[in-house]
Amino acid sequence: MTKKKLRSLCLAAVLGIAAFTGVCSYDAGAGSDVHIINVSYDPTRELYESYNKIFQEHWKEETGQDVDVIQSHGGSGKQALEVINGLQADVVTLALEYDINAIQDAGMIDEGWKEELPDDSAPYTSTIVFLVRKGNPKNIQDWDDLIRDDVDVITPNPKTSGGARWNYLAAWAYAQKAYNNQEDKMEEFIKKLYQNVLVLDSGARSATTSFVENGQGDVLIAWENEAFLSVQDDPDEFEIINPSISVLAQPSVAVVDEVAENRGTEDIAKEYLNYLYSDDAQRIAAENYYRPVNEEILKEYSDVFDLTMELKTIDDFSGWQEVQEKHFADGGIFDQIYGN
Amino acid sequence: MKKSKKRVIPGFGLTMGVTITMLSIVVLIPLASLVVYSSQLGLREFFEVITRKRVLSSFYVSFITALGASLVNAVMGLILAWVLVRYEFPGKRIMDGMIELPFALPTAVAGISLTSLTSDQGLIGNFFAKFGIKIAYTKLGITFALIFVGIPFVARAVQPVLEKLDGSYEEAARVMGAKPGYIFRRVILPELLPPLLTGTGLAFGRCLGEYGSVVFIAGNRPYETEITPLIIMSELQEFDYKSATSIALVMLIASFLILFLMNLMQARNSKRLRGGNV
Repeated sequence: MTKKKLRSLCLAAVLGIAAFTGVCSYDAGAGSDVHIINVSYDPTRELYESYNKIFQEHWKEETGQDVDVIQSHGGSGKQALEVINGLQADVVTLALEYDINAIQDAGMIDEGWKEELPDDSAPYTSTIVFLVRKGNPKNIQDWDDLIRDDVDVITPNPKTSGGARWNYLAAWAYAQKAYNNQEDKMEEFIKKLYQNVLVLDSGARSATTSFVENGQGDVLIAWENEAFLSVQDDPDEFEIINPSISVLAQPSVAVVDEVAENRGTEDIAKEYLNYLYSDDAQRIAAENYYRPVNEEILKEYSDVFDLTMELKTIDDFSGWQEVQEKHFADGGIFDQIYGN
Repeated sequence: MKKSKKRVIPGFGLTMGVTITMLSIVVLIPLASLVVYSSQLGLREFFEVITRKRVLSSFYVSFITALGASLVNAVMGLILAWVLVRYEFPGKRIMDGMIELPFALPTAVAGISLTSLTSDQGLIGNFFAKFGIKIAYTKLGITFALIFVGIPFVARAVQPVLEKLDGSYEEAARVMGAKPGYIFRRVILPELLPPLLTGTGLAFGRCLGEYGSVVFIAGNRPYETEITPLIIMSELQEFDYKSATSIALVMLIASFLILFLMNLMQARNSKRLRGGNV
C-alpha cells in the first residue's frame, strides 16, 4: 500500500515538474539573437506590424543582431494592469499618458519618461472626428449637432475605455469654447450629448462594430485612424466629418525600465522607441492614419489629414491627473451625467 | 488486515490531499485574496463603495436579468430535456449535441452574433421592432443573452434523471384514474425537482457573473443596462483594485448564498423523497 502511495506521489511530482518547466522554458524569441515585447493597445496592430519590419532591418544594419518583436494588444488600461501584474514588457506603447503613469506609480518606469523622447514621448498623434453614414443624412457638421434630439450618437464608455476619454475631452473642448468656460453650461452640454448616446460600448472597437456592422446610431465619435479604417473598408457606406475643434490625442510610449534592466534589453528598447521618430517610421504611421509628429512629413499627407482643425492638448485641461479626478473618478462629472 | 474494502481510487489520504490542494489553489486562495484586497478598505468605505447608486442599480440589473433568464431556462430546459428523452425523431442526436454549444462557444462570439441578430437591423430584432419591442441594448437583450448562456445547465441536469425515471409509476397512476396534469404534478415533477433546482441554480450563478456575451448586447447605459461585472471592469480601468474587489465580493457572497439555498432546498426535497410520504 505505501509503496503504491509513494509511486503515485512520485508520478504526480514528476508530472508537476514537467508541466512547470515546460511553461517556464517556453521561449517565444527562439531563433533570433534577442527579442523584446511591445505591449500596446488595440488599434495599433497594423501600425506595429509594418513598423517592426523596418525596425528589424534597421537593428540588423546597426548591430548585426536579429531581433524579434513580440506584440501584445488589448484595451490600454487593461494592458497597463497586465504590465504592473508582471507581463514582461520591454516597451509600452499605450493610448494614454495616464496608463503609463500608473506603471510608473508601480515603480517599474522611472520618473520623467515623458521628457525622454521628443514631443512628450508621443511619436504619432491622432484626433477625434465624426464618422457618419454616406451623404451625411442628418447633416452633422460640428459638436452642437450631436445634442440635437433627432441624432443618435455612438461612443464608447470613457470609464472602461482609455481611448474614449479623448472622445469625451474633445466634446469638452468644444463646450469650453462655445460656452466661454461657464462650467454649468458646459456640463449641460456634455449631459445632453451623452443622453443622445444609444450604445455605450466598453471599448473603441466594439463601438465601431455597433455603428458599422449593427447599423446603430447616426454618428460615431471615433479616433481619426479608426474612422479612416472604416471608410477604407466601406467607402460607399461612410464618410468622415471633421469638427471645428477637437483634441490632440497623444498615445505615449515608454521603456519599462525595470524589465529592460533585468533582461539587459535597455539599448534595443530605447532604440525601438527612438526609431519611431525616423522618417521611414513616421511615414508608416501616416500610412496607418496616425498623424506623424514630424511637421514636414505631416505636410506630405495634408490631403489625408485636415490640418485646419483647432486641436487642444491635455495641458489645456490641466493634465491627466486633474482630468481623471474631475471627470472620470467615482462621483465625477461623467457620473453626474447619468445621475437622476 | 485492517483495510477490508478495496477502493477504485487508492487511499483516502491521497485523494483527500489532492482534493484539498486543488480546492485551495483553484478556489480558496483566489477567493481569499478577494477578501484581503477589499479588506484594505475600512468597513465604512466598503459600504460607501457598494452602496453607490450606480453600483446598486447594476446589482439590480444583473440580478433581475439573471433571475428572468433562469426562470425561462427552468421551463424551457425542462421541455427540452423532455422532448429529447421521451420522443424519437430524426435529427435527435444532432439536437442533443447542439445543447452544449453555448458552453463551447467563446462568449464574446455569442455576444456579437446575438447582438447583430437582435439589433433593429438584425433578423430577429427587425421583426420585433415592428411591434415596438427593442431587444438589443435593453434589459430584454441582456436576458436573451443569458438564456443562451444558461440553457445547457438546466437541460443537462434534468436529462439523466428523466431518463432513469421508471415509467411504471406513471402507468400505475394512469390505471388508478389520475388525469395527465395530476400525474405530471404529483408523480413526475417531484422526481425532477432536485435536478431542476440544481440546474437553475447553476445557471443563475453563471448568469450573475456573465461578462463576455452581455457587454456587447447590453448597450451599457449607466443605471439602465449596466451590469455589475462591467462596473468591476471600469473600476479596474481606473486602477482602483479595492473598489473592484469590494463589489466583486458582494457578487460572490450573493452567488454563494443562492447556490447554498438551492442546495438546502434540494437536500430537504430528497429527504422527503427518501422518506416515502409523497
